[in-house]
Amino acid sequence: MHPAPSLILFTVLSGMGFGLLVWLGLGLRAPTGLAAFILFGLGYALAGAGLIAAAFHLGHPERALKAFSQWRSSWLSREAVFSAATLALMAPHAAASVFWDRPLPLLGWLGAALALATIVATAMIYAQIRAVPRWHHWSTPPVFVLAALAGGALLAAQLTLALWLMLALGLAMAVHWVLGDQQFALARSDTGTATGLGRFGRVRLLEPPHSGRNYLLREMVHVVGRKHARKLRVIALVLGAVLPALALLLPAGYAVVGLALLAHIAGMLAQRWLFFAEAEHVVGLYYGKR
Amino acid sequence: MAMPRQPALNLSPQVSDEVRKTTCYMCACRCGIDVHMKQGKVAYIEGNRDHPVNKGVLCAKGSAGIMQHLSPARLRAPLKRVGPRGSGEFQEISWDEALQLATDWLKPLRETAPEKLAFFTGRDQSQSFTGWWAQAFGTPNWAAHGGFCSVNMAAAGIYTMGGSFWEFGQPDWDRTKLFLLFGVAEDHDSNPIKMGLGKLKARGARVIGVNPIRSGYNAIADDWVGITPGTDGLFILSLVHELLRAGKIDLGYLIRYTNAPYLVNAHDGPEKGLFLRGDDGKPLVRDRRTGRAVAWDAPDIAPDLAAGVDIGGVTHLPVFRHLADRYLSPDYAPEAVAQRCGIAPARIRAIAAEIARVAFEEEITLHQPWTDFRGVKHDTMVGRPVAMHAMRGVSAHSNGFQTARALHMLQILIGSVETPGGFRFKPPYPKPPEAHPRPHAGHSPGQPLDGPHLGYPLGPEHLLIHDDGQPKRIDKAFSWDAPLSAHGLMHMVISNAHAGDPYQIDTLFLYMANMAWNSSMNTSAVMEMLTDKTPDGSYKIPRIIYSDAYASEMVGFADLVLPDTTYLERHDCISLLDRPICEADALADSIRWPVVAPDRNVRPFQSVLLDLGARLGLPGMVRDDGTPKFRDYADYITHHERRPGIGPLAGFRGPDGTGQGRGAPNPDQINRYIENGGFWTCHIPEDAQFFKPWNAAYQDWAVARGLYDSPQPYVFNLYVEPLRKFQLAAEGHGSRQPPDHLRARLMETLDPLPIWYPTFTDADAAAKDYPLHALTQRPMAHYHSWGSQNAWLRQIHGHTPLYISGYLWAQHGFEAGDWATLTSPHGRITLPVVRMDALNPHTVWTWNAVAKRRGAWALDPNAPEATKSTLLNHLIHELLPPRGDGLRWANSDPVTGQAAWYDLRVKIEKAPAGQTVSYPAHSAQSSPVPKPPRNLAHQVKE
Amino acid sequence: MTTLPPTPARKLGLVIDLDTCVGCHACVISCKGWNTENYGAPLSDMDAYGESPEGTFLNRVHSFEVTRDAAPPMVVHFPKSCLHCDDAPCVTVCPTGASYKRAEDGIVLVNETDCIGCGLCAWACPYGAREMDGAEKVMKKCTLCVDRIYNENLPEQDREPACVRSCPAGARHFGDLGNPESAVSQLVAERGGFDLMPEQGTRPVNKYLPPRGRDTLQMPALASLCAPDTSAPTPARPAQGFLGWLDRALEKL
Ligand SMILES: Nc1nc2c(c(=O)[nH]1)N[C@H]1C(S)=C(S)[C@@H](COP(=O)(O)OP(=O)(O)OC[C@H]3O[C@@H](n4cnc5c(=O)[nH]c(N)nc54)[C@H](O)[C@@H]3O)O[C@H]1N2
Ligand SMILES: Nc1nc2c(c(=O)[nH]1)N[C@H]1C(S)=C(S)[C@@H](COP(=O)(O)OP(=O)(O)OC[C@H]3O[C@@H](n4cnc5c(=O)[nH]c(N)nc54)[C@H](O)[C@@H]3O)O[C@H]1N2
Ligand code: SF4
Ligand code: SF4
Ligand code: SF4
Ligand code: SF4
Ligand code: SF4
Ligand SMILES: [Mo]
Repeated sequence: MHPAPSLILFTVLSGMGFGLLVWLGLGLRAPTGLAAFILFGLGYALAGAGLIAAAFHLGHPERALKAFSQWRSSWLSREAVFSAATLALMAPHAAASVFWDRPLPLLGWLGAALALATIVATAMIYAQIRAVPRWHHWSTPPVFVLAALAGGALLAAQLTLALWLMLALGLAMAVHWVLGDQQFALARSDTGTATGLGRFGRVRLLEPPHSGRNYLLREMVHVVGRKHARKLRVIALVLGAVLPALALLLPAGYAVVGLALLAHIAGMLAQRWLFFAEAEHVVGLYYGKR
Repeated sequence: MAMPRQPALNLSPQVSDEVRKTTCYMCACRCGIDVHMKQGKVAYIEGNRDHPVNKGVLCAKGSAGIMQHLSPARLRAPLKRVGPRGSGEFQEISWDEALQLATDWLKPLRETAPEKLAFFTGRDQSQSFTGWWAQAFGTPNWAAHGGFCSVNMAAAGIYTMGGSFWEFGQPDWDRTKLFLLFGVAEDHDSNPIKMGLGKLKARGARVIGVNPIRSGYNAIADDWVGITPGTDGLFILSLVHELLRAGKIDLGYLIRYTNAPYLVNAHDGPEKGLFLRGDDGKPLVRDRRTGRAVAWDAPDIAPDLAAGVDIGGVTHLPVFRHLADRYLSPDYAPEAVAQRCGIAPARIRAIAAEIARVAFEEEITLHQPWTDFRGVKHDTMVGRPVAMHAMRGVSAHSNGFQTARALHMLQILIGSVETPGGFRFKPPYPKPPEAHPRPHAGHSPGQPLDGPHLGYPLGPEHLLIHDDGQPKRIDKAFSWDAPLSAHGLMHMVISNAHAGDPYQIDTLFLYMANMAWNSSMNTSAVMEMLTDKTPDGSYKIPRIIYSDAYASEMVGFADLVLPDTTYLERHDCISLLDRPICEADALADSIRWPVVAPDRNVRPFQSVLLDLGARLGLPGMVRDDGTPKFRDYADYITHHERRPGIGPLAGFRGPDGTGQGRGAPNPDQINRYIENGGFWTCHIPEDAQFFKPWNAAYQDWAVARGLYDSPQPYVFNLYVEPLRKFQLAAEGHGSRQPPDHLRARLMETLDPLPIWYPTFTDADAAAKDYPLHALTQRPMAHYHSWGSQNAWLRQIHGHTPLYISGYLWAQHGFEAGDWATLTSPHGRITLPVVRMDALNPHTVWTWNAVAKRRGAWALDPNAPEATKSTLLNHLIHELLPPRGDGLRWANSDPVTGQAAWYDLRVKIEKAPAGQTVSYPAHSAQSSPVPKPPRNLAHQVKE
Repeated sequence: MTTLPPTPARKLGLVIDLDTCVGCHACVISCKGWNTENYGAPLSDMDAYGESPEGTFLNRVHSFEVTRDAAPPMVVHFPKSCLHCDDAPCVTVCPTGASYKRAEDGIVLVNETDCIGCGLCAWACPYGAREMDGAEKVMKKCTLCVDRIYNENLPEQDREPACVRSCPAGARHFGDLGNPESAVSQLVAERGGFDLMPEQGTRPVNKYLPPRGRDTLQMPALASLCAPDTSAPTPARPAQGFLGWLDRALEKL
């Protein structure tokens, strides 16, 4: 799939934002006053920035409100509903924390649940897509959820929690990659089934339908070299999880958290880039691209 | 679960305000189209269901007509060259100025030396009109594009059986049970062939595709014969060998309808090999009952095919004996030809057996009585449901004439021509060579030519040569170089004019032919010839006038450009005098009419030609008082008469519009065509639909419709006597003698019975250094060079990769993304490669005419048509490489002069890594039209 | 709307005959022409005359090559447009309800005024049947010519999809695949029509008819017909055996 920068940014940033909101809502850390202002502000900013980045991806952002309508069937719609609900429900809790030093735990918990639901919905947007076998797998949501929670925990300076989450995230990414590598084959789609001609012999694309380009090729067919992918996986794993975890073993301090955060974000951007770039859509079979 | 809410849809939107029915011209197939108009603009084009050609279907090009009509490459006004030739720098001028200029150039020529005008036309379908104009002008130098296209096919068909494929005839799609397709990628009969194949498929009939490349029609062929290019004749003769051996031939048909029983004169001397004739000149046959030689059409005889007659100790054998003796020779046994053709002997036998099985075991009988020209009544029509069709894979070789002859012989031997299930002629064919005119070149200042330019010579006496043997025509048509060049040799015009051989011309006038690019061999050199100067600084070809509708490559080389309309903006006439649209069971012709008015300062070329003719005072174009006789082309179509009662359009003639074929001009004729959907048809009566050359009812019907002036029954020429006359001349008989260097070649190739010889390039010593054959194919979604200006079509075929076989792929270690360099004895090109396994292992190919010169056709100079594409034409020379005999032989068929595009031999190499642009890369020409819009979203919604 | 309707009574769709398709692209362009002028926004072409043109098409024809061990390779031209799946994932993923499957005939459509151009439905479609229009930024897909097939402004016989009407080879058939008695259903049954990527679980309505056996013409079975004439010709009498036969045959005429 085409690794669209807006989508990479969106999933990483808004994921972290919602992850932070989960922790803030749960009251694991219950900041008040300025600290609350900064932390809630950060949560809202990241979640919001992500949503804005996502809107850039839309052909018609002005019709975005329509996306709230199909929550019964569409994970994208659910994501929209959950995210809006999170931001709405969390607001009194945040305001109360900032201005009156009195968090509203009930709303906080509800908001945390919704924030978590938002993260899950985001993950499910990808995981539901059977046409991308690598995504269509139980290991996809854990990566999104753990990335969001780990990033959020870092932001919330829940260092021990963050350490464990980082390790879990590293594991989840590794599992997603290793199992993901087999998914296309397991999905049993090949040029033979795509064309129904497999029964006659070995099927190969002779000519694409047009010599000109098209949306599908641009959007769904992206070929990353294997060597390239392996390198990026190492970078994503090291920067995204291992380095932050190691940093968190050091004596706490702004520098340490900052370093861990920077590494984590860079790592997650790499992971997300790969998440898209490595994902093969079965439509590639019609274009001889696999 | 609740019913989901659905938006309310308007299921019956208004499709258009009005439908205008006219004829497509995105190619020469000429389908009927329904042009849907909204607010006076073209909104949507679909096929006309009532039209005889396409019956509602429409090809990709036809459906994309709207994008051709709106092309940004459309010329906008007459152009006068201001920069050097080839630069594309022009100034827009008025029509008055343009026509004045043309008149000033042409008038003195007509008055002094009319032959100094060479007028050649390409894709146009008004040849009877342009030829008439050129005849009135008085130049012998006129022809259309057939010489570089398919004259081999046409001439072989006419000489053998009075018609060939495509416009001449068609398979009996509704009844054929076995169909063999030789060397066709698309052909002119574009939609009808597809519709026909669809019918065969729906019935489960078998299709055999003989083609080095398995794509398109050949992809759906049940059986594919991946023949080695240039060897079809050998393969066909091997099939003939097998059928003869098995006795699977239709002897009754041969006796009744062919010259198989004609006795061939065996006396040594100037008559040897001609038919033995009676005192009345009638060919003689041996009557089996009496053993005597009698006139072929004597009543109550049993013509023999086996035995001859002895006269003065010499045995004169029937044609069929010569034929049998020749093709039964072991030289034609499957084992003997297999290697050359690249087809296993068992496969050849299997195909021969299948032909025999279907022809003789699945015979069709129609219970339709009919009477033959001898007066014999038949209760039924018996057919042999094997049909064949061939085109340029056979025709575009230097052995194409004889190969096409061999194919017709095969069709005739099994008795399938003009019988149910076989091959059927479309009126006005069949028409034997005798019923066609002879070529003419008699010219004198200020006078019209002494007759029609083109025709079918019946012997050396009809050649257009001076007493010293010099050709009379600039293209050397009908000279010893190409005696039966029935369509002229358009591909030789520029090089001959440049060389001043056989003489200098003054003005080259071209219409609708992209001669500076895809219709010339050796394109780069042709561009140089067009721009080459004499030492005094003037151009070697002094003046070039060109009519095109679009900013093609050729436009850049003209001194004066006469911009034409698009096909939706003008009158055209698809005439029975010309290249008609008839079906096997109906006479038909059609028109185009301006469904929209041009929005630019352009004029229909035919009207311009009439205007120019009037300015020049050409006979037939001016009244006695010197004023123009025709207002415009529509007026000409309506009122011109070729012979009394016969005009360009055959339908709705006579004052009341009821005349069919014959009748006085009808002023309302064009309106009647428009009301009728743009066409006219007239069905052939049931009893006249088959056996046309011999069917009395058909002959009478044809006379009544004005196709002939008297019945013209004839028999098929398995043995073509006129060819023998040329051989006799080569042997030294007669007063017209060929130059010595051509004698051997004429003797070999103008054989009166079909032969096969290797193509000239295959026979050349250099062939072994160029082990591969290189071909082009027409993409179904493009018409020659026109497709690339079409925003929709160019996305389908925007480049020309070189397709190479899996065998070569492995041999040369190609990988996806590689480029290859192809070298011929003449040039070099570089293209990206694509692997194709369903390909003759020794063949490479690419798409024809998709490549463009930078700057042409209003395309971006970096368009893939210019950067990832090239023409094979750069590798092909109009002359063969020097052979050491001091002569350069033409790269064409020695009989007809047909350009041998597909004789090309090449070698391949992997191009060095890093190649990203195709070679050759010509400099850009500047565009005479404004830059096109970047994006399109065309809609004429209310 | 985004949920799928209960199985529609009628399942309109196409049956494409891979034995007959010559790959001419007529269906591609007639579709482009009709849908540029009709349903919703025009199908645009970006960089139309430039270096890298990219237009919206609702139907495209691929070409595949099939190599076989014991027979020559085949080439199969392969047209593909929306298959109007029964279990259309493109519909259920749509967040706005712009994508929907019509309850009455199963046609899958995009309501362009509701479409936000998120592209998710195109991701969800395994077949590449949806394309985002470059100019209008809404999702485009085959409409099964819903504005033709019921159109009372068209003569009855023209109420079929543009691509079906124009296909010169007659390789495209349109009808109700929900009715086992319909001509298309019969054709599918007779010719062994199949689904594309059944493993994707989309249950396509459109069906494909396989190419018939290729290159089956065999020597042995038919050889007897051409019983070769056994008397070997000699140089002196090249057609001896043949002449004998000819003589006898002429006698019988
Ligand atoms: N390598 C290779 N070369 C080949 C062939 C091949 O198979 N391989 N095939 C050969 C054959 S058979 C042929 S017939 C030729 C064809 O070659 P050409 O006869 O050159 O055909 P086109 O490219 O169609 O060019 C015709 C010109 O007509 C112009 N035109 C289009 N419509 C109109 C109109 O309405 N009015 C006017 N006035 N002009 C118009 C076009 O813009 C174009 O410039 O190519 C030959 N060249
Ligand atoms: N769409 C479209 N239709 C067209 C045209 C067009 O440009 N586009 N051009 C029109 C014109 S002018 C013409 S002349 C006709 C030509 O129509 P076609 O005759 O179909 O022309 P080509 O595309 O040249 O195809 C020639 C075929 O012959 C095969 N071939 C080459 N050499 C041999 C051989 O030695 N033996 C055999 N058996 N096969 C061989 C090639 O592989 C190719 O498939 O098409 C007309 N129709
Ligand atoms: S075959 Fe196509 S381009 Fe040619 S006339 Fe017919 S519809 Fe037009
Ligand atoms: S129009 Fe018909 S034959 Fe042509 S590509 Fe489409 S389905 Fe195939
Ligand atoms: S083919 Fe694709 S777009 Fe069409 S219904 Fe099926 S999944 Fe949806
Ligand atoms: S692109 Fe349009 S139709 Fe597709 S899922 Fe998004 S909103 Fe729905
Ligand atoms: S049914 Fe209509 S929209 Fe669908 S592919 Fe055919 S022409 Fe295009
Ligand atoms: Mo041609």
